[in-house]
Parts: sequence; structure tokens; C-alpha cells
Amino acid sequence: MSEIITSAVLIGILTSAIRLATPYLYAAIGEAISEISGVVNLGVDGIMLLSAYGAFFVALNTGNLWLGLLTGALVGVAMGLLMAFISVTLKAEQGISGIGLYMFGLGLSSLLFKTTIGTVKTVVGFQPVRIPLLSDLPSLGEVLFDQSLPVYAAFLLVPLAWFILEKTTWGLRLKAVGQTPAAADSLGVSVDRVRYIAVCVGSMLAGLAGASLSLALVNLFQENLTAGQGFIAVALVYFGGWRPLGILLGALLFSTVNAFQLWMQVLGVAIPSDVAVMLPYLLTIVVLAFTVSRVRGPAALNKPFERGEH
Amino acid sequence: MPPDSASDTLRPTRKPVFDWQGLLLRAASPLLAILVALLVGAIMLLLLGANPLAAYATMVRGVFGSMSGFTQSLVKATPLLLVGLGICIAFRASMINIGGEGQIIAGALMATWFSLQFRTWPGWLLIPATLVMGFLAGAFWGFIPGVLKARLNVNEILSTVMMNAIALQLMNLLVRGPLIDPAGVAAKTYLPQSERLPQQVWLGRLVPQTLLHSGGIIAVLLAVMVYVFLWRTTIGYRIRAVGLSPDASRYAGIPVPFYQALSLTLAGGFAGLAGVIEVIGVQHRLLEGITSGYGFSGIVAALFGGLHPLGLIPASWLFGSLLVGADMMQRAVQVPSALIDTLLGLVVLLVVGSQMWSRRLATRRVIALARKNAEAQP
Amino acid sequence: MKIRMLVVLVMVLALLAACGGTATTTGGQSSAKPLRIAVVMPSATTDLAFSQSMWSALKAVQAELGGESALELQYSENMFKVPDAAAALRDYASKGFDIVIGHGSQYGSSIQEIAPDFPKTTFAWGTDVNTFGLPNVYAYTAAAQEGGYVNGVLAARLTKSKLIGVTGPVEVGDAKTYIDGFVQGVASVDPGMRVGKTWTGSFSDVALMTEAAKTHIAAGADALTGSSQSVVGSIGAAKEKGDVLWFGTQSDQASLAPNIVVASQVYDWSSILKQMIENRKNGKLGGDTFVLQLKNGGLKIAFNSTYPLPDDVKKAAEAAIEGIKNGSIVVEP
Repeated sequence: MSEIITSAVLIGILTSAIRLATPYLYAAIGEAISEISGVVNLGVDGIMLLSAYGAFFVALNTGNLWLGLLTGALVGVAMGLLMAFISVTLKAEQGISGIGLYMFGLGLSSLLFKTTIGTVKTVVGFQPVRIPLLSDLPSLGEVLFDQSLPVYAAFLLVPLAWFILEKTTWGLRLKAVGQTPAAADSLGVSVDRVRYIAVCVGSMLAGLAGASLSLALVNLFQENLTAGQGFIAVALVYFGGWRPLGILLGALLFSTVNAFQLWMQVLGVAIPSDVAVMLPYLLTIVVLAFTVSRVRGPAALNKPFERGEH
Repeated sequence: MPPDSASDTLRPTRKPVFDWQGLLLRAASPLLAILVALLVGAIMLLLLGANPLAAYATMVRGVFGSMSGFTQSLVKATPLLLVGLGICIAFRASMINIGGEGQIIAGALMATWFSLQFRTWPGWLLIPATLVMGFLAGAFWGFIPGVLKARLNVNEILSTVMMNAIALQLMNLLVRGPLIDPAGVAAKTYLPQSERLPQQVWLGRLVPQTLLHSGGIIAVLLAVMVYVFLWRTTIGYRIRAVGLSPDASRYAGIPVPFYQALSLTLAGGFAGLAGVIEVIGVQHRLLEGITSGYGFSGIVAALFGGLHPLGLIPASWLFGSLLVGADMMQRAVQVPSALIDTLLGLVVLLVVGSQMWSRRLATRRVIALARKNAEAQP
Repeated sequence: MKIRMLVVLVMVLALLAACGGTATTTGGQSSAKPLRIAVVMPSATTDLAFSQSMWSALKAVQAELGGESALELQYSENMFKVPDAAAALRDYASKGFDIVIGHGSQYGSSIQEIAPDFPKTTFAWGTDVNTFGLPNVYAYTAAAQEGGYVNGVLAARLTKSKLIGVTGPVEVGDAKTYIDGFVQGVASVDPGMRVGKTWTGSFSDVALMTEAAKTHIAAGADALTGSSQSVVGSIGAAKEKGDVLWFGTQSDQASLAPNIVVASQVYDWSSILKQMIENRKNGKLGGDTFVLQLKNGGLKIAFNSTYPLPDDVKKAAEAAIEGIKNGSIVVEP
């Protein structure tokens, strides 16, 4: 084992892991914001797909990656509005609404892809940007500071989200609405408004997750491009205990195991590929089982708020 | 059984007459949702350059105008009904079971392994034994999130999603390894499918030359049993009490986590049965994609049925016909099949979205009825 | 009431639908009877891989026979759910299609169940060799290892880093036989050369396939190949790197990355299709197994004209093709 895992391989695993973690980071932090306000959004995967398509379509036709990224975010917001309308205004069961949103996004993205693009095409995506000085640091430098802009942004999102959730009044209001909506309501906070904003911001981040796939990581669109990544993102929120730092650790762990199994296969280490592919999932459920006892989720998660109910 | 004095106040009163009006109210929202989705679908068909009227006519004629279409809708309705029953039980305890896909796989895997392992057994013994084993396997797959919920308060929506991923990978592993068809290995095709199951375990065909098998009868009988279980037994009543008000139930001395875990376990069992029936009734072997997405569409069917075991019987058939008809339409007008997925998603959103209104209408009716009763007997 | 208006609207629509439907059916049956072929496929007709290979062949045969008046084609794509595919196959058969094709080895058991119910219909399925002893079933398969071998020879001669990467979905079917042939081809040039293999566990996970290709590239590989519809991700990764070569299979994949695709093994099903149509005219509905080979022209190596392939390498590849054709080179599946 020790002669196989050289420092070059380690750097390779880390580079892969950072790339693989990017869409999970966007999607899971977005989902966390939504869940902290009390709304489980299982439609993340559908939002990612539709945004990935929208971003790709615009980038392909205008040649402008930034316009594509913006489209991805806007598609995310639109899907978020739909989800918020159904789960907040109409107070529908959130788990099932999310599955509906997922099916809708999956179907519509494939339909639009077939009618407007038709066949697999590629775009030249966001290129790695070396950060001067930092990227010259030995070994770790090129791992951390030679990535594309959407990848940097995903990692910068972690402290940003932490700051907003922990240090701003908006973050506190968000938590209040998710923990004790009735109390927040009696203090004059509009529960519905806060939840609308949270769901839309969360969905916008899911949209960016999709756009980062089609414009920075894979650089093409194909039907069901995400292959269920949105569902993993939902699990990662739990894994990370609704904290950005926890989510970062979870996303890195999951993607590192995935990168590790790819590298082991490349290097010809004899493990059955099915076992290798199952590793990240197995690990997630084991960690999920052992970490949950110490984290408490938002008390009003998955509960529509109705005035005068409590 | 003796009434539970502590929770006597929670016992629902039996309605003397059949509540037609209530039934209509409950059926209205899913039906309207389908109609709206069909309207949206018509616009999309127009945009795709197809004639929506001709398309929908094909859909109706396909399901109701041909034996193959009609039986196919019943074949599809069977797993939907079984998965939906599980969704119902879980929902009554306010648990959302998103893990149907994994539980179907667990049942299907067990059915395959068991009937191949004991292939010498006669059919009258092998079929019931396979059904029971598949139920247990599915139940085990629902038991894990159940226990995680009860012991560690892990959100069941999230853990069932993870269990789906694990079951899928487990099936991939087994069907390419220990369970792979030896004929495929000999022919060097390495198809990811199991050997054909022994013929005596196949469910009988009800109509020759179609896929219609006797699994549907089992499913309908089980639906009635689930109804009796939920509304006429103490355990079922407690499951519903836990769902209606966990706080009040706790107060009444009902161990809430136990019943939540139980409801998820039972939900898993029924989804597992759906897996068994797909294997021994339709495919006669284990294949990749054996779930056909029934774990998700079963949720939709359950919604259509108003989350009621008896409502599920017509609802799953209606939904099955919709799926079959939509497929036929897609083939006849040659539009991308993604259109159907889009419309299904829309139907789900419309049904869950409109439930608030039907719920409000229902509450208003109950209040009005109660007021009338109060006036009648002062 | 808005709802009441909606209901009325829908009822009118339904009524119109009923009328519209009858109108189209009477209109459709008047013209002369073309041959009708329906195909059920696991992925999209535009997947640049397995499904596209069949759809292009059908289109080619249609054009050759004289267009839609001579050959009517219908397809169901993305039928990765086998039960739905079975319903589609049965539906096409009951609608009187002459030839019904289940284009996926997972559809075999469905064909086996359906074919006896429609003795006048020709069924075909693949990739497999089993006709179940039924007189109206054809089976077809591709000796994917042959083109794999040729691609392997090309890759081994063109690589500078002496590291070659393979990105596959799952170790089954023609994905496995193709890659086994590829490895033999590489070994025939240099037995010591390393071929790293990754399997993603999914036919459709493009993102993981992309990362698998990037992993090979990071490990030093400068020649890649792979199978399934998700390899578009691998091709994208190779294209982005710029100097990593790609060797295609199933369909001609040069269109996606004209500068780095060296050659593609193309499945050309048209000869098989024409044979089936011919047999059917003579009253033979099935019972045979067809194998696409380099020898019978069913497999073709499409060299990408945009890629400047050195003459000696091309000669080596052509020698391998000749060797496989005349039997002097035997590629184990």
C-alpha cells in the first residue's frame, strides 16, 4: 500500500476531491439554509438539472460563461419560488412536493435538451485560475490554488454562509423561524416571508451547483447529468449538522472517498469496482448513524406554519 | 379488545352512513390536478408540433380500447398499490417513506435468492414462503431508518434516501457477482441479470398472452387488510394516534418512537412485496431497473388515493392507466418521453398543492356537521 | 366558479379529442402498405453510442429503400426501465409492426415472453446470441473485442507516456468484451505497457465518468478509451486537456472532439437489418443469430480524417484489421 500512495497520488486524490466536492457544497449549503428555516427541499436534484441545462444552453449560444452562470442562478430562483409557493403558501407536505419538483426538473431539462440542443455538445468551461504566490507553495499550493473560479467560490461560500447564519440578524431570524415559528411570528417576524427567501436562496445555490457541473466540471449537458447528486447533497446537510463547516467536512469526506476509489482503480489495486463504488455511500450511512445523536435539527423542519396552531 | 381508557378520547367515532360527499371532496383534487396537467401537456404537445387531441385520443383508446393496454394498466397498478399501502401506513404515523426504491430492491433480491436456493420446493410452498421472505427483507430495509428515527431521531426522509443508494449498489454487486445468470457467463455476455426463476414460483397468468398475473388480487386483499389493521385494531389505532398528535399520544402513554419505527418497518415490508411480485409475477428473474421507479410513483399513487388504503385501490389503477396511456401516446405521436416525466412531476405538485384546499373544505364540513349535531341534541 | 369553467373546458377538450382521434385513424390507413419497423432503445437516439448506432442504421436502410413510403420507422428511447420496454415491445407487436427490435441485452427475457404470442411478427434483440429456439426471433451481437483490439494497437503505438486509461461503466456486456479486446491489442504492441481501468458503476453518471478520465490524465495517461453513453464526459475531459487521445466505440465519436479522436469502432447494423428484411420477404421470420464482425463489414474502424495519423501507425492498425479478418489474429472476448 505505502509504495502505491505516493505524494503525487495524494495530491491527485485531493485535487479530484476538491472538484467533486464543488457541486455538493453549493447544493448542500443551499439546502441547509432552506432547512434551517424549516423547509426540506427534496427537489434539489431537479433544480440542479434544470439550471445545468439553462446555464449550458445560454453559454453554448452566447459564448458567455458568466451569462450562463447567471441563467443557472435565475432558473434556481424560479424553481425555488415554485417550491416555496407550494410548501409555504399552500402548506403542502414538503417531502412529496420535493419529489414532484425533482420529477418536473428531470423531465423538463431532458425535454428542453432534446428539442433545443438535440445532441451532446461541449463548451469550453471555466478554466483553472492560478492564484499567484499561493499556487507556488509546495505540494498543497497547486491543489488548493489552481482551480476554476466556481470552485473557489464554492469554498468561499462556507465562511460566508457561516457568517450570515451566525453573525447577522437575518441568520438569527432564519433560525428562529425554523425552531419556534410561533414565537417568531408573535415577535413580528413574517414566517412565510423568511421561508420564501430561504427557499429561494437555497434553490439559487442549487442552481449554481448545476451550473458549476455543466460549465466548470463536466462542460457539457446530457439528460440526467447530475445522476442523483442532489439527493446526496440533502444527506450531507444532515451529515454536517446544518453547519457550513460540517457540510464542508462531509462533502470533502464523501468526495475524497470517491476520488480515492477512482485512484485505486487507476492504479490497479484489486478491489471489485462495485465495492469501490459503494464505499462513499456506505461510509455516509455509517457516519450518519454515528453523528446524528449529537446534532439537533430545526424543530419545525417539515412542518408548515399555520397561525394560531400552537 | 379492551378499550384503552387513557386514550379513549382519541378513539374516532364510527360513521353510520357512507360518506359520499367526503369521498367526492377527497377525489376532486387529484382528478383536477390530472386535468390541469393534461391541459399543460396539450400546450407542450402543440409546441412540439403534435396534435394534442389525437394524442389524448390514442391515450384513452390505448388503455381502454385494447386488451393488452388494459391488462398492462392493471399490471402497473399492482406494485403501485403495494408501495402506496406502505406509504399510507407510514404517513398515518406522520412518517414520510422516500425509501420505496431501496425496499423494493431488498424484496426483489430476497425473492430471487430464496426461490433459486429452494428451487426444488413445490409451488404451493415456495410462493408463500418467497412472499413472506421478500416482505421481511423489505421490512428490514424499512426497519433501519425506523430504528435510526426511534433511537437517534434521524430524519427518516434523509435516511431512506441513503438506504435507496445502498440497496441499488448492493443489487448491482450481487447481480453481477453471486446472482449472475450462469448462462450469461457461459456465453460471455455477462448480462447483469439473474438466472430465470423456477417455473413453479411464477404467479399464474389471469389472461393468456398478457402480463396480467394474480399478484393484483393479493394486493387488493392486502389493501383491505391494511384498512382493517389501521382502523379496527389497537396497534393500527395507535399508529394513527401517533400521527395525529405525537404529544397527546405520548401523554396517553403510547411509546411514540416504537410506533414510528413500526410504521416504517411495515412500509418497507409492503414495498418489499412489490419487489417480490415484480420478480415472480412479471420478469421471472432479477434485472437491473427492477424497481421501475415504483418507489417514487407509489408515493404519487398514495396521494391520489387520499392516503387511504381503500382509496388506493381505484387510485393506483387510475395512475397505472395514466402511465400506460402516456407511454402509448408517446409512442404513437413520437414525442420525447421526457414530456411524460415533466407532466408527472406537475401532477404531483398540483395534487400536494391542492390538498390544503380539500383539507380546509373538509374541516369546514366537519365543523358544520358538528354544529348541526349539537343543535339536534341539546 | 373558476373550477366549474375549467371542468367545462376540459370536457369540451375531451370531446374534441375523441373526434380528432377518429379522424386521424381513418386518414392513416389509406395509402400503400410500407414495411414497418419499431425499435425500443435504452438511451437516447442521440447518445453518440449504442442507441445512436442502431438508429443511424435504421435511417440509412430507410433512405436506401426509398424513404418513408417504403419503410416506416418508430422508436421508443430512454427505455431503461425493462417493464416499460416490455410494454412498448408488446404494444408495437399488437399494432402490426412487421419487425420489432429490442435494442438492449436487458430486453431478452421480455422478447422471450412476447414473441410466442405474435407468431407473424419478427422480433430481434441484442446484444446476445440466444434466439430461445423461437422461429420468429433473431439475435444479434457485436464482436466488440475486434475493434477494441485495433483501437488498442493504435493507442499503444501513439502513447508517449506509455500509460493508457480505460473508463468503463460496469464490467458487463460489450463494455467488457470491448475493453478485454483493447487490452489484448495494447499487449500485442508492448506486453509491458500498463492499462489502468476504472469502472464507475453506472451507465449514465457523466460527472463521475469525467472525473475518472481526469484521474487517468492526472496519473499520466495520454490515451483514453471507454464504453457506454456516459463516456461523453471522458471525451470532454480529454478534449479539454488538448493532448490526450481518445479511441471511440459503438458510434463515430469524432464529431464531439475532432482534434483528439483518433478512430472509432462503429457498429453498423444496416447489413443485419437488410438481411432480416430480405429473409422476411422469403418467409423466414427468425431463428438466426447475427454477429457484427470486421470480416462481414458489420464492424468498421472509422479513422478520423481531422486527426493526423502517422502512416506507419495506420498501417499497423490496418494490418491488425486484416489479421482479424483472415483469422491470423484471434481476439478472445
